[in-house]
Amino acid sequence: MRIALFITCVNDLMFPGTGKAVVSVLERLGHTVDFPEAQTCCGQMHANSGYRAEAMPMVRGFVETFADYDAVVAPSGSCVAMVRDSYPRLALGDPDLEAGVAAIAPRTYELAELLVDVLGVTDVGAVFPHTVTYHPTCHGLRMLRLGDKPLSLLRGVQGLELRPLEGAQECCGFGGTFALKNAGVSSAMLADKCGAVEDTGAEYVVAADNSCLMHIGGGLSRRAATARPIHYAEILASTGSAS
Amino acid sequence: MNGTGNIVALKPFPDAARLELDDAQLRTNLRRATHTIRDKRLRVVGEVDDWEQLRLSGAAIKDDVLARLPELLERFEEAATKAGAVVHWARDSAEACEIVTALVKETAAREVVKVKSMATQEIGLNEALEAAGIAATETDLAELIVQLAEDTPSHILVPAIHYNRSQIREIFLSKMPGVTRGLTDEPRALAEAARKHLRAKFLTATVGISGANFAIADTGTLVVVESEGNGRMCLTLPQTLISVVGIEKILPDFSSLDVFLQLLPRSSTGERMNPYTSMWTGVTPGDGPQTTHIVLIDNGRTATLSDEVGRQALRCIRCSACLNVCPVYERVGGHAYGSVYPGPIGAILSPQMTGDGANKTLPYASTLCGACFDACPVRINIPEVLVHLRQKGPKSRAEHAAFASISWIMRDRRRYAAALRAARRGSAPLRGRGPLRRLPWPASAWTVSRDLPLPPKESFREWWAKR
Amino acid sequence: MVGQAMNAREEILARVRAHRPSAPVTVPRDYLPDVAGIDVVEVLVDRLVDYKAGVHRASAASLAEVLGALVASSATVVVPPGLPPEWFTGPVVRDSADAPVSVGTLDAAGVTVVTGCAVAIAATGTLILDAAPDQGRRVLSLVPDHHVCVVWTDQIAGGVPAALARLADPSRPLTLISGPSATSDIELNRVEGVHGPRRLDVVIATR
Repeated sequence: MRIALFITCVNDLMFPGTGKAVVSVLERLGHTVDFPEAQTCCGQMHANSGYRAEAMPMVRGFVETFADYDAVVAPSGSCVAMVRDSYPRLALGDPDLEAGVAAIAPRTYELAELLVDVLGVTDVGAVFPHTVTYHPTCHGLRMLRLGDKPLSLLRGVQGLELRPLEGAQECCGFGGTFALKNAGVSSAMLADKCGAVEDTGAEYVVAADNSCLMHIGGGLSRRAATARPIHYAEILASTGSAS
Repeated sequence: MNGTGNIVALKPFPDAARLELDDAQLRTNLRRATHTIRDKRLRVVGEVDDWEQLRLSGAAIKDDVLARLPELLERFEEAATKAGAVVHWARDSAEACEIVTALVKETAAREVVKVKSMATQEIGLNEALEAAGIAATETDLAELIVQLAEDTPSHILVPAIHYNRSQIREIFLSKMPGVTRGLTDEPRALAEAARKHLRAKFLTATVGISGANFAIADTGTLVVVESEGNGRMCLTLPQTLISVVGIEKILPDFSSLDVFLQLLPRSSTGERMNPYTSMWTGVTPGDGPQTTHIVLIDNGRTATLSDEVGRQALRCIRCSACLNVCPVYERVGGHAYGSVYPGPIGAILSPQMTGDGANKTLPYASTLCGACFDACPVRINIPEVLVHLRQKGPKSRAEHAAFASISWIMRDRRRYAAALRAARRGSAPLRGRGPLRRLPWPASAWTVSRDLPLPPKESFREWWAKR
Repeated sequence: MVGQAMNAREEILARVRAHRPSAPVTVPRDYLPDVAGIDVVEVLVDRLVDYKAGVHRASAASLAEVLGALVASSATVVVPPGLPPEWFTGPVVRDSADAPVSVGTLDAAGVTVVTGCAVAIAATGTLILDAAPDQGRRVLSLVPDHHVCVVWTDQIAGGVPAALARLADPSRPLTLISGPSATSDIELNRVEGVHGPRRLDVVIATR
């Protein structure tokens, strides 16, 4: 199977460790991962902010870049949801693009989908002796219906203690440009999320999206909380006690 | 033709929200109420095995109605007229208010009793009647609370959701005649006080005013779904009944009700069925009002119909489930939306009904978390419509330029890679001092409550290239 | 006024014609036609109790006795025109088209109204009244503070679709009653007893 990694622009610049973790987990499982260097951004921020025309070159770029792969994996529920849920709508009216999207969108997976649904794995041989709490990010939860796929992977990690998060399914308040345009409401939502994370006493707050984690982590840091954000791919990649 | 009335926000959402955010009591009240109803809704929806099939049917029935609306409206008018009702049409809120006021004046009544109705709130009927010297009494408990407090509704189902029990007691003490200090803040005692207050009004009123949840085209039947029995009182006891109905409330036939009578109560109050549902068709000799009027209103609905993506908002059955699950609504309440239709549905309905103005900021009042779409009994894809409406939203020149230049960078791998390098180099001098805590505008909106990490020394693609 | 209203009608209809979606819609009806595999009496009782209605059982032979006990403390018993006379041995006020019971009489303290119903829905605990002779005018079951409703077991449908399909004529005045009057308007908590009858007793009778 030809697996391509779609790193996403946020991870590429800000969280390269998550990408390295995805590569490490898949290679440990015996797969080869390709990184097509023509990739840039999925266009979500533009499309969701009302700049559809400006998003279209990115939609086309994605379809061209990944057309030849059997599977595309991204460590971001949000960007995968953009491809699977929004691309078909954005492509409407352009038959070539519609066909391209129809071919690639169903083969684009969030990491947990690839591992659990396609590769049939829940134990990736990871060791992570820490307390964690899991925040299911909105697009993974409600657009991709990830359900407890990431959790089933975390449950397979040796030494990991999972603590339930109060109001887990509630949005952290990020919402892309929402965090800036409606900073007050966003901050109020974030305060509740950070409070719930702190109440668990866990060392880490885990999620499938680094953009949400950057938001929650930024809030925790401002509150001088001890809990730290971590993408679950990095937990799955971990094989020792060092974090 | 744009809609008018109490659906036009005067302030941009972020400004209105800022004021509401400062009210800690409001947030406590909203949190308690919305969390109570969320759990109840999940419980009663969970026991319906065919919930998803009901949603699909409900959405399709409404879509079918929109596709056949001219024929169905004419059929409804014909059937209702044949059954003894008089049907009127109003293009906007002013015209609707004018028609209703004239009808009340014909009866010589100086007082009317009202069933809770979003349509009459939307057109500002109470204000219009008052200007004509006619006193309208709201008889739904929550509407009564809002009316006594001289406030405006903040929720579709429970307009007084922003008040807690002790605040309601205070309102009753100061505004409801005959209430004494002995009144406790027990919900039962408060409901009893409202019962006593309204009893005489019900028994003497000659004109009742209602909306309708559904209007059946085949038979000309109107349907009102309620809980307290105030609706039945207003629909049964007066001699004259005037019902204000949005043109999208049409259902083709009686059998379609079986879907909506399953979807609506469970989605709105979290009950298997609401205590009372009334259906009447024109006039029944010897039973109920002997004169019935129906005012069909457009008020921006046909404008909404003209948008291929946005028209799904017209499926809305006003259940409020989207408000109750919305994290934004929970923090700011309904007043921040500046329309009688607040929350996620309001954010897509109000701007479409009214066109330009502050309402255009409403589609940005969402993180696109999707909780509303999941809860919607008629599958209105609210996030999809929000994103769609943002195409037409207000955009500053600076913002537009920023998005255009990012798009220009992102459409070419070399420009993109160069930008990553530049971002990394630009932040190099700051490295080692921890995350950023204060940034200049516009990034200051981020650092108001959040630190920002710096990019690491090496991007992923740089690491990959060296691998 | 009339001329203006006609203009509005034509303008609205023209706008709807211009803006409506062009593609016809196929409506799927894959939801369940009835709630199958349940004991409808048991489920109806469960739902009614949940709504805080009183629930009583009777046979055709014991119905008069059961009803008699339920209205024992009532000052006045009002019945619709067509309620079977054999249900009551004591005095009743019978509503009729010629001599309708006044709203004042219905509103007096201690009034109980006894009606039949058209159909009941087990899954939702709902009684449907359709103004047939044994149910009468809508006001009868509305203004008195105590409503006793007799439901025959063969009138109980499982779910909403099956119940609505049983109604003889949907253009008659219909009232769906699910428990006593209630409100959720204070902090979204349900409280029973507002404007409609605060006490609802349902007698489930077997023919």
